[in-house]
Amino acid sequence: MSDPIKTDVLIIGAGPVGLFAVFELGLLDIKAHLVDILDKVGGQCAELYPEKPIYDIPAIPKISAQGLVDALMEQIKPFGPQFHLNEMVESIERTGEPGFRVTTDGGKVFECKLVVIAAGGGSFQPKRPPMPGIEAYEGTSVHYAVRKMDAFRGKKILIVGGGDSALDWTLNLAPIASHLTLLHRRNEFRAAPDSVKKMMALVNEGKIDFVQGQVTGLEGANGQLTAANVKGNDSSTFHIACDTMLPFFGLTMKLGPVANWGLRLEEDLIPVDVSTFETSEPGIFAIGDINTYPGKLKLILSGFHEVALMSQKAHRYVYPEKKLTFQYTTSSSSLQKKLGVS
Amino acid sequence: MAKITFIDPTGNARTIDAEPGSTVMETAIKNDVPGIEAECGGACACATCHVYVDEAWREKVGGPTPMEEDMLDFGYDVKPNSRLSCQIKVSDELDGLVVRTPERQA
Repeated sequence: MSDPIKTDVLIIGAGPVGLFAVFELGLLDIKAHLVDILDKVGGQCAELYPEKPIYDIPAIPKISAQGLVDALMEQIKPFGPQFHLNEMVESIERTGEPGFRVTTDGGKVFECKLVVIAAGGGSFQPKRPPMPGIEAYEGTSVHYAVRKMDAFRGKKILIVGGGDSALDWTLNLAPIASHLTLLHRRNEFRAAPDSVKKMMALVNEGKIDFVQGQVTGLEGANGQLTAANVKGNDSSTFHIACDTMLPFFGLTMKLGPVANWGLRLEEDLIPVDVSTFETSEPGIFAIGDINTYPGKLKLILSGFHEVALMSQKAHRYVYPEKKLTFQYTTSSSSLQKKLGVS
Repeated sequence: MAKITFIDPTGNARTIDAEPGSTVMETAIKNDVPGIEAECGGACACATCHVYVDEAWREKVGGPTPMEEDMLDFGYDVKPNSRLSCQIKVSDELDGLVVRTPERQA
Protein backbone atom coordinates (compact mmCIF):
# COMPACT_ATOMS: atom_id res chain seq x y z
CA MET A 1 0.00 0.00 0.00
CA SER A 2 1.24 3.45 -0.91
CA ASP A 3 1.01 6.54 1.28
CA PRO A 4 -2.48 7.98 1.46
CA ILE A 5 -3.22 10.77 -1.03
CA LYS A 6 -4.87 13.71 0.71
CA THR A 7 -7.48 15.78 -1.11
CA ASP A 8 -10.61 17.80 -0.40
CA VAL A 9 -12.80 15.77 -2.71
CA LEU A 10 -12.44 12.43 -4.41
CA ILE A 11 -14.55 12.18 -7.56
CA ILE A 12 -15.38 8.65 -8.65
CA GLY A 13 -15.84 8.66 -12.41
CA ALA A 14 -14.17 10.94 -14.96
CA GLY A 15 -17.08 11.23 -17.39
CA PRO A 16 -18.38 14.65 -18.48
CA VAL A 17 -20.19 15.28 -15.21
CA GLY A 18 -17.26 14.22 -13.03
CA LEU A 19 -14.99 16.46 -15.11
CA PHE A 20 -17.27 19.48 -14.78
CA ALA A 21 -17.40 18.91 -11.02
CA VAL A 22 -13.69 19.83 -10.99
CA PHE A 23 -14.65 23.21 -12.45
CA GLU A 24 -17.48 24.10 -10.09
CA LEU A 25 -15.60 22.84 -7.04
CA GLY A 26 -12.48 24.63 -8.23
CA LEU A 27 -14.28 27.98 -8.37
CA LEU A 28 -14.98 27.46 -4.67
CA ASP A 29 -11.31 26.62 -3.91
CA ILE A 30 -12.02 22.92 -3.46
CA LYS A 31 -9.37 20.57 -4.88
CA ALA A 32 -10.25 17.25 -6.44
CA HIS A 33 -8.70 13.96 -7.49
CA LEU A 34 -10.56 11.70 -9.90
CA VAL A 35 -10.54 7.91 -10.19
CA ASP A 36 -11.79 6.06 -13.26
CA ILE A 37 -11.74 2.41 -14.24
CA LEU A 38 -11.08 3.22 -17.90
CA ASP A 39 -7.63 4.03 -19.27
CA LYS A 40 -8.88 7.44 -20.44
CA VAL A 41 -11.10 10.27 -19.28
CA GLY A 42 -14.56 10.92 -20.72
CA GLY A 43 -16.56 7.91 -19.54
CA GLN A 44 -19.25 6.72 -21.96
CA CYS A 45 -18.61 9.70 -24.24
CA ALA A 46 -15.06 8.52 -24.86
CA GLU A 47 -15.59 4.77 -24.64
CA LEU A 48 -18.94 4.19 -26.33
CA TYR A 49 -19.56 6.97 -28.83
CA PRO A 50 -16.59 9.35 -29.23
CA GLU A 51 -17.50 10.23 -32.85
CA LYS A 52 -21.23 10.69 -32.26
CA PRO A 53 -22.58 14.22 -32.25
CA ILE A 54 -24.41 15.61 -29.21
CA TYR A 55 -27.03 18.27 -29.95
CA ASP A 56 -28.38 19.21 -26.52
CA ILE A 57 -25.49 20.90 -24.76
CA PRO A 58 -26.73 24.45 -24.11
CA ALA A 59 -25.25 27.01 -26.52
CA ILE A 60 -23.31 24.33 -28.42
CA PRO A 61 -25.53 23.34 -31.36
CA LYS A 62 -23.40 20.33 -32.21
CA ILE A 63 -20.32 18.71 -30.72
CA SER A 64 -18.86 15.22 -30.90
CA ALA A 65 -18.76 13.29 -27.63
CA GLN A 66 -14.96 13.30 -27.67
CA GLY A 67 -15.02 16.99 -28.56
CA LEU A 68 -17.09 17.65 -25.45
CA VAL A 69 -14.63 15.72 -23.30
CA ASP A 70 -11.68 17.60 -24.82
CA ALA A 71 -13.43 20.93 -24.21
CA LEU A 72 -14.15 20.01 -20.58
CA MET A 73 -10.51 19.04 -20.06
CA GLU A 74 -9.50 22.46 -21.40
CA GLN A 75 -12.06 24.18 -19.16
CA ILE A 76 -10.87 22.48 -15.95
CA LYS A 77 -7.15 22.87 -16.65
CA PRO A 78 -6.78 25.91 -14.34
CA PHE A 79 -7.76 23.75 -11.38
CA GLY A 80 -5.09 21.10 -11.92
CA PRO A 81 -7.20 18.00 -11.39
CA GLN A 82 -5.27 14.79 -10.78
CA PHE A 83 -6.39 11.63 -12.49
CA HIS A 84 -6.01 8.04 -11.38
CA LEU A 85 -7.00 5.99 -14.41
CA ASN A 86 -7.31 2.21 -14.73
CA GLU A 87 -8.38 2.06 -11.10
CA MET A 88 -11.64 1.03 -9.54
CA VAL A 89 -12.73 2.30 -6.14
CA GLU A 90 -13.38 -0.70 -3.96
CA SER A 91 -14.24 0.68 -0.57
CA ILE A 92 -15.27 3.88 1.16
CA GLU A 93 -14.80 4.04 4.90
CA ARG A 94 -15.96 6.93 7.08
CA THR A 95 -13.20 8.41 9.19
CA GLY A 96 -14.77 11.67 10.29
CA GLU A 97 -17.70 14.07 10.06
CA PRO A 98 -17.03 14.50 7.25
CA GLY A 99 -14.00 12.45 6.30
CA PHE A 100 -13.40 9.33 4.29
CA ARG A 101 -10.74 6.81 3.45
CA VAL A 102 -11.18 5.47 -0.07
CA THR A 103 -9.31 2.46 -1.42
CA THR A 104 -8.89 1.34 -5.04
CA ASP A 105 -8.26 -2.09 -6.48
CA GLY A 106 -4.78 -0.90 -7.41
CA GLY A 107 -3.98 -0.34 -3.74
CA LYS A 108 -4.21 3.46 -3.76
CA VAL A 109 -5.60 5.08 -0.63
CA PHE A 110 -7.22 8.51 -0.55
CA GLU A 111 -7.96 10.52 2.55
CA CYS A 112 -10.61 13.04 1.64
CA LYS A 113 -13.23 15.23 3.23
CA LEU A 114 -15.93 14.42 0.70
CA VAL A 115 -16.72 11.79 -1.91
CA VAL A 116 -18.54 12.64 -5.14
CA ILE A 117 -19.88 9.64 -7.03
CA ALA A 118 -20.14 10.44 -10.75
CA ALA A 119 -20.09 6.83 -11.84
CA GLY A 120 -22.68 7.06 -14.64
CA GLY A 121 -24.01 3.62 -15.49
CA GLY A 122 -21.48 2.02 -13.16
CA SER A 123 -18.05 0.73 -14.00
CA PHE A 124 -17.01 -0.61 -17.37
CA GLN A 125 -16.20 -4.27 -17.03
CA PRO A 126 -15.51 -7.07 -19.50
CA LYS A 127 -18.66 -8.34 -21.05
CA ARG A 128 -19.81 -11.90 -20.51
CA PRO A 129 -20.22 -13.32 -24.01
CA PRO A 130 -23.54 -14.85 -25.01
CA MET A 131 -22.44 -18.47 -24.56
CA PRO A 132 -24.90 -20.76 -22.80
CA GLY A 133 -23.58 -22.12 -19.49
CA ILE A 134 -20.41 -19.98 -19.39
CA GLU A 135 -21.05 -18.91 -15.77
CA ALA A 136 -20.13 -22.38 -14.53
CA TYR A 137 -16.55 -21.97 -15.77
CA GLU A 138 -15.86 -18.38 -14.78
CA GLY A 139 -12.86 -17.94 -12.53
CA THR A 140 -11.74 -21.52 -13.05
CA SER A 141 -11.44 -22.11 -16.79
CA VAL A 142 -12.89 -18.93 -18.24
CA HIS A 143 -11.09 -15.64 -17.63
CA TYR A 144 -11.93 -12.16 -18.84
CA ALA A 145 -8.56 -10.64 -18.05
CA VAL A 146 -4.99 -11.77 -17.62
CA ARG A 147 -3.67 -10.73 -14.22
CA LYS A 148 -0.64 -13.02 -14.06
CA MET A 149 0.60 -14.47 -17.32
CA ASP A 150 2.28 -17.34 -15.54
CA ALA A 151 -1.12 -18.74 -14.53
CA PHE A 152 -1.56 -19.62 -18.20
CA ARG A 153 1.72 -21.47 -18.66
CA GLY A 154 1.28 -24.90 -20.21
CA LYS A 155 -2.45 -24.40 -20.77
CA LYS A 156 -4.45 -25.35 -23.80
CA ILE A 157 -5.88 -21.91 -24.47
CA LEU A 158 -8.79 -20.77 -26.59
CA ILE A 159 -8.95 -17.03 -27.16
CA VAL A 160 -12.19 -15.69 -28.63
CA GLY A 161 -12.51 -12.30 -30.27
CA GLY A 162 -11.02 -10.02 -32.87
CA GLY A 163 -10.16 -6.83 -31.03
CA ASP A 164 -6.92 -5.57 -29.53
CA SER A 165 -7.30 -7.52 -26.28
CA ALA A 166 -7.83 -10.80 -28.11
CA LEU A 167 -4.88 -10.24 -30.45
CA ASP A 168 -2.54 -8.85 -27.78
CA TRP A 169 -3.11 -11.83 -25.51
CA THR A 170 -2.80 -14.23 -28.41
CA LEU A 171 0.67 -12.82 -29.11
CA ASN A 172 1.68 -12.69 -25.44
CA LEU A 173 0.42 -16.11 -24.40
CA ALA A 174 1.44 -18.04 -27.52
CA PRO A 175 5.01 -18.66 -26.25
CA ILE A 176 3.91 -20.08 -22.89
CA ALA A 177 0.73 -21.96 -23.82
CA SER A 178 0.91 -25.68 -24.57
CA HIS A 179 -1.44 -24.91 -27.44
CA LEU A 180 -3.29 -21.78 -28.45
CA THR A 181 -6.26 -21.29 -30.75
CA LEU A 182 -7.65 -17.91 -31.73
CA LEU A 183 -11.31 -18.07 -32.70
CA HIS A 184 -12.99 -15.17 -34.45
CA ARG A 185 -16.22 -14.78 -36.38
CA ARG A 186 -14.56 -13.52 -39.56
CA ASN A 187 -11.15 -12.92 -41.05
CA GLU A 188 -11.31 -9.17 -40.51
CA PHE A 189 -10.20 -7.78 -37.19
CA ARG A 190 -10.87 -4.70 -35.11
CA ALA A 191 -7.38 -5.05 -33.69
CA ALA A 192 -4.39 -3.04 -34.87
CA PRO A 193 -3.20 -4.29 -38.30
CA ASP A 194 0.29 -4.86 -36.95
CA SER A 195 -0.98 -7.29 -34.30
CA VAL A 196 -2.99 -9.12 -36.95
CA LYS A 197 0.14 -9.43 -39.09
CA LYS A 198 2.13 -10.85 -36.18
CA MET A 199 -0.67 -13.27 -35.34
CA MET A 200 -0.87 -14.51 -38.96
CA ALA A 201 2.89 -15.03 -38.92
CA LEU A 202 2.54 -17.30 -35.90
CA VAL A 203 -0.20 -19.21 -37.72
CA ASN A 204 2.03 -19.63 -40.78
CA GLU A 205 4.86 -20.89 -38.60
CA GLY A 206 2.47 -23.48 -37.17
CA LYS A 207 2.78 -22.08 -33.67
CA ILE A 208 -0.90 -21.25 -33.16
CA ASP A 209 -4.22 -21.97 -34.85
CA PHE A 210 -6.63 -19.41 -36.18
CA VAL A 211 -10.19 -20.64 -36.65
CA GLN A 212 -13.21 -18.78 -37.98
CA GLY A 213 -16.48 -19.43 -36.22
CA GLN A 214 -18.63 -18.77 -33.18
CA VAL A 215 -18.89 -20.63 -29.88
CA THR A 216 -22.32 -22.23 -29.45
CA GLY A 217 -21.69 -24.15 -26.23
CA LEU A 218 -19.09 -25.35 -23.76
CA GLU A 219 -18.14 -28.81 -22.55
CA GLY A 220 -16.66 -29.81 -19.24
CA ALA A 221 -17.53 -30.59 -15.66
CA ASN A 222 -17.05 -29.08 -12.20
CA GLY A 223 -15.84 -25.78 -13.60
CA GLN A 224 -13.17 -27.48 -15.71
CA LEU A 225 -13.56 -26.76 -19.38
CA THR A 226 -12.59 -29.51 -21.85
CA ALA A 227 -13.82 -28.16 -25.18
CA ALA A 228 -15.83 -25.48 -26.93
CA ASN A 229 -18.50 -26.34 -29.46
CA VAL A 230 -18.10 -24.13 -32.46
CA LYS A 231 -20.19 -23.34 -35.49
CA GLY A 232 -18.07 -22.56 -38.52
CA ASN A 233 -18.98 -20.00 -41.13
CA ASP A 234 -20.08 -22.77 -43.49
CA SER A 235 -22.52 -23.88 -40.71
CA SER A 236 -20.39 -26.95 -39.96
CA THR A 237 -20.04 -27.73 -36.26
CA PHE A 238 -16.89 -28.91 -34.54
CA HIS A 239 -15.05 -28.95 -31.21
CA ILE A 240 -11.97 -27.11 -30.11
CA ALA A 241 -10.27 -28.85 -27.21
CA CYS A 242 -9.16 -26.43 -24.51
CA ASP A 243 -8.78 -26.20 -20.75
CA THR A 244 -8.75 -22.42 -20.64
CA MET A 245 -10.83 -19.86 -22.48
CA LEU A 246 -10.30 -16.12 -22.72
CA PRO A 247 -13.29 -14.45 -24.39
CA PHE A 248 -12.93 -10.76 -25.29
CA PHE A 249 -16.36 -9.36 -26.07
CA GLY A 250 -15.91 -5.72 -25.21
CA LEU A 251 -17.02 -3.82 -22.16
CA THR A 252 -20.33 -3.39 -20.44
CA MET A 253 -21.43 -1.20 -17.56
CA LYS A 254 -22.07 -2.80 -14.22
CA LEU A 255 -22.97 -1.13 -10.95
CA GLY A 256 -19.98 -2.86 -9.39
CA PRO A 257 -18.75 -1.99 -5.91
CA VAL A 258 -21.11 1.02 -5.56
CA ALA A 259 -23.57 -1.47 -4.11
CA ASN A 260 -21.19 -2.17 -1.21
CA TRP A 261 -20.68 1.38 -0.01
CA GLY A 262 -23.55 1.43 2.46
CA LEU A 263 -25.66 3.86 0.46
CA ARG A 264 -29.39 3.61 0.09
CA LEU A 265 -30.10 2.43 -3.48
CA GLU A 266 -33.26 2.40 -5.59
CA GLU A 267 -33.08 0.02 -8.53
CA ASP A 268 -29.29 0.35 -8.70
CA LEU A 269 -29.45 4.14 -8.59
CA ILE A 270 -28.53 6.41 -5.70
CA PRO A 271 -31.36 8.60 -4.36
CA VAL A 272 -30.24 12.14 -3.57
CA ASP A 273 -31.52 15.35 -1.99
CA VAL A 274 -32.36 17.61 -4.95
CA SER A 275 -31.09 20.77 -3.30
CA THR A 276 -27.60 19.41 -2.58
CA PHE A 277 -27.28 16.08 -4.42
CA GLU A 278 -26.13 14.52 -1.20
CA THR A 279 -26.85 10.82 -0.68
CA SER A 280 -28.21 9.11 2.42
CA GLU A 281 -24.65 9.36 3.79
CA PRO A 282 -23.68 12.92 4.78
CA GLY A 283 -20.57 13.97 2.86
CA ILE A 284 -21.12 11.54 -0.01
CA PHE A 285 -22.69 13.08 -3.10
CA ALA A 286 -24.00 11.47 -6.28
CA ILE A 287 -24.24 13.36 -9.58
CA GLY A 288 -25.07 12.45 -13.17
CA ASP A 289 -26.60 9.22 -14.46
CA ILE A 290 -25.92 7.28 -11.25
CA ASN A 291 -28.38 9.28 -9.13
CA THR A 292 -32.15 9.38 -9.01
CA TYR A 293 -34.76 11.88 -7.79
CA PRO A 294 -38.28 12.84 -8.83
CA GLY A 295 -38.16 13.99 -12.45
CA LYS A 296 -34.58 12.84 -13.04
CA LEU A 297 -33.42 12.89 -16.65
CA LYS A 298 -30.22 11.14 -17.66
CA LEU A 299 -28.87 14.07 -19.61
CA ILE A 300 -25.39 15.56 -19.50
CA LEU A 301 -26.96 18.99 -19.05
CA SER A 302 -28.83 17.79 -15.96
CA GLY A 303 -25.56 16.48 -14.58
CA PHE A 304 -23.96 19.90 -15.05
CA HIS A 305 -26.74 21.54 -13.05
CA GLU A 306 -26.36 18.94 -10.31
CA VAL A 307 -22.64 19.69 -10.12
CA ALA A 308 -23.25 23.39 -9.42
CA LEU A 309 -25.63 22.73 -6.53
CA MET A 310 -23.50 19.93 -5.11
CA SER A 311 -20.52 22.28 -4.99
CA GLN A 312 -22.39 24.77 -2.81
CA LYS A 313 -23.00 22.13 -0.16
CA ALA A 314 -19.45 20.81 -0.54
CA HIS A 315 -18.16 24.30 0.28
CA ARG A 316 -20.04 24.27 3.58
CA TYR A 317 -18.27 21.04 4.54
CA VAL A 318 -14.79 21.99 3.37
CA TYR A 319 -14.85 25.58 4.65
CA PRO A 320 -17.41 25.57 7.51
CA GLU A 321 -16.09 28.94 8.78
CA LYS A 322 -16.23 30.76 5.45
CA LYS A 323 -19.31 32.53 4.19
CA LEU A 324 -19.95 31.67 0.56
CA THR A 325 -20.71 34.71 -1.57
CA PHE A 326 -22.43 33.90 -4.81
CA GLN A 327 -20.44 35.20 -7.77
CA TYR A 328 -20.49 35.22 -11.55
CA THR A 329 -17.44 34.28 -13.64
CA THR A 330 -18.40 37.17 -15.95
CA SER A 331 -17.81 39.85 -13.35
CA SER A 332 -16.00 38.44 -10.34
CA SER A 333 -12.31 39.31 -10.35
CA SER A 334 -11.57 36.64 -7.75
CA LEU A 335 -13.18 33.91 -9.88
CA GLN A 336 -11.35 35.20 -12.92
CA LYS A 337 -8.09 35.02 -11.02
CA LYS A 338 -8.72 31.35 -10.25
CA LEU A 339 -9.42 30.77 -13.94
CA GLY A 340 -6.19 32.54 -14.82
CA VAL A 341 -7.91 35.06 -17.08
CA SER A 342 -7.67 38.28 -15.09
CA MET B 1 -45.93 4.85 -42.26
CA ALA B 2 -44.11 1.62 -43.00
CA LYS B 3 -45.14 -1.71 -41.55
CA ILE B 4 -42.45 -3.80 -39.90
CA THR B 5 -42.98 -7.36 -38.74
CA PHE B 6 -40.92 -8.72 -35.85
CA ILE B 7 -40.85 -12.50 -35.47
CA ASP B 8 -39.52 -13.98 -32.22
CA PRO B 9 -37.59 -17.29 -32.04
CA THR B 10 -40.78 -19.20 -31.24
CA GLY B 11 -42.43 -17.90 -34.42
CA ASN B 12 -44.70 -15.27 -32.88
CA ALA B 13 -45.10 -12.37 -35.26
CA ARG B 14 -46.01 -8.78 -34.49
CA THR B 15 -46.54 -6.09 -37.09
CA ILE B 16 -46.00 -2.47 -36.15
CA ASP B 17 -46.44 0.86 -37.90
CA ALA B 18 -43.02 2.46 -38.01
CA GLU B 19 -42.26 6.08 -38.63
CA PRO B 20 -40.03 6.74 -41.66
CA GLY B 21 -36.79 8.30 -40.47
CA SER B 22 -36.73 6.40 -37.20
CA THR B 23 -34.77 3.18 -36.84
CA VAL B 24 -36.02 -0.38 -36.60
CA MET B 25 -34.54 -0.50 -33.07
CA GLU B 26 -36.43 2.64 -32.00
CA THR B 27 -39.62 1.17 -33.41
CA ALA B 28 -39.09 -2.01 -31.38
CA ILE B 29 -38.29 -0.18 -28.13
CA LYS B 30 -41.23 2.24 -28.50
CA ASN B 31 -43.58 -0.68 -28.96
CA ASP B 32 -42.08 -2.97 -26.32
CA VAL B 33 -41.04 -5.62 -28.78
CA PRO B 34 -39.32 -8.27 -26.65
CA GLY B 35 -35.85 -9.48 -27.61
CA ILE B 36 -34.40 -6.07 -28.49
CA GLU B 37 -32.38 -4.55 -25.65
CA ALA B 38 -30.48 -1.65 -27.22
CA GLU B 39 -28.19 -1.23 -24.23
CA CYS B 40 -26.18 1.61 -25.79
CA GLY B 41 -29.23 3.52 -26.97
CA GLY B 42 -28.48 3.33 -30.67
CA ALA B 43 -24.86 4.44 -30.82
CA CYS B 44 -23.72 1.30 -32.64
CA ALA B 45 -21.65 0.59 -29.55
CA CYS B 46 -23.03 -2.79 -28.50
CA ALA B 47 -24.79 -5.70 -30.17
CA THR B 48 -27.99 -5.95 -28.16
CA CYS B 49 -30.41 -4.93 -30.93
CA HIS B 50 -29.28 -7.74 -33.22
CA VAL B 51 -31.86 -8.98 -35.74
CA TYR B 52 -31.94 -11.30 -38.74
CA VAL B 53 -33.29 -9.65 -41.87
CA ASP B 54 -35.72 -11.83 -43.79
CA GLU B 55 -34.03 -13.21 -46.92
CA ALA B 56 -36.58 -11.49 -49.18
CA TRP B 57 -35.54 -8.11 -47.73
CA ARG B 58 -31.78 -8.52 -47.52
CA GLU B 59 -30.97 -6.76 -50.75
CA LYS B 60 -33.20 -3.76 -50.05
CA VAL B 61 -31.98 -3.37 -46.48
CA GLY B 62 -28.35 -3.84 -47.44
CA GLY B 63 -25.44 -5.13 -45.40
CA PRO B 64 -23.77 -3.84 -42.27
CA THR B 65 -21.21 -1.04 -42.32
CA PRO B 66 -17.66 -1.93 -41.18
CA MET B 67 -18.33 -0.36 -37.77
CA GLU B 68 -21.50 -2.40 -37.43
CA GLU B 69 -19.60 -5.57 -38.43
CA ASP B 70 -17.19 -4.83 -35.59
CA MET B 71 -20.05 -4.72 -33.13
CA LEU B 72 -21.65 -7.85 -34.57
CA ASP B 73 -18.51 -9.68 -33.36
CA PHE B 74 -20.10 -9.41 -29.90
CA GLY B 75 -23.41 -10.91 -31.01
CA TYR B 76 -24.80 -14.39 -30.48
CA ASP B 77 -25.27 -16.69 -33.47
CA VAL B 78 -24.41 -14.05 -36.04
CA LYS B 79 -25.45 -15.03 -39.56
CA PRO B 80 -24.96 -13.54 -43.02
CA ASN B 81 -28.34 -11.78 -42.69
CA SER B 82 -27.51 -10.32 -39.27
CA ARG B 83 -27.88 -6.58 -38.75
CA LEU B 84 -28.05 -4.24 -35.79
CA SER B 85 -31.55 -2.83 -35.87
CA CYS B 86 -30.36 0.59 -34.68
CA GLN B 87 -28.54 0.93 -37.97
CA ILE B 88 -31.56 0.19 -40.19
CA LYS B 89 -33.44 3.38 -41.03
CA VAL B 90 -37.14 2.99 -41.69
CA SER B 91 -38.30 4.33 -45.06
CA ASP B 92 -41.35 3.87 -47.29
CA GLU B 93 -39.14 1.55 -49.32
CA LEU B 94 -38.98 -0.81 -46.36
CA ASP B 95 -42.77 -0.98 -45.93
CA GLY B 96 -43.47 -4.64 -45.16
CA LEU B 97 -39.99 -5.43 -43.80
CA VAL B 98 -39.70 -8.66 -41.83
CA VAL B 99 -37.00 -9.19 -39.19
CA ARG B 100 -36.43 -12.02 -36.73
CA THR B 101 -35.09 -11.53 -33.22
CA PRO B 102 -32.35 -13.94 -32.08
CA GLU B 103 -32.61 -16.41 -29.24
CA ARG B 104 -30.50 -14.14 -27.08
CA GLN B 105 -28.84 -10.77 -27.27
CA ALA B 106 -25.19 -10.25 -26.45
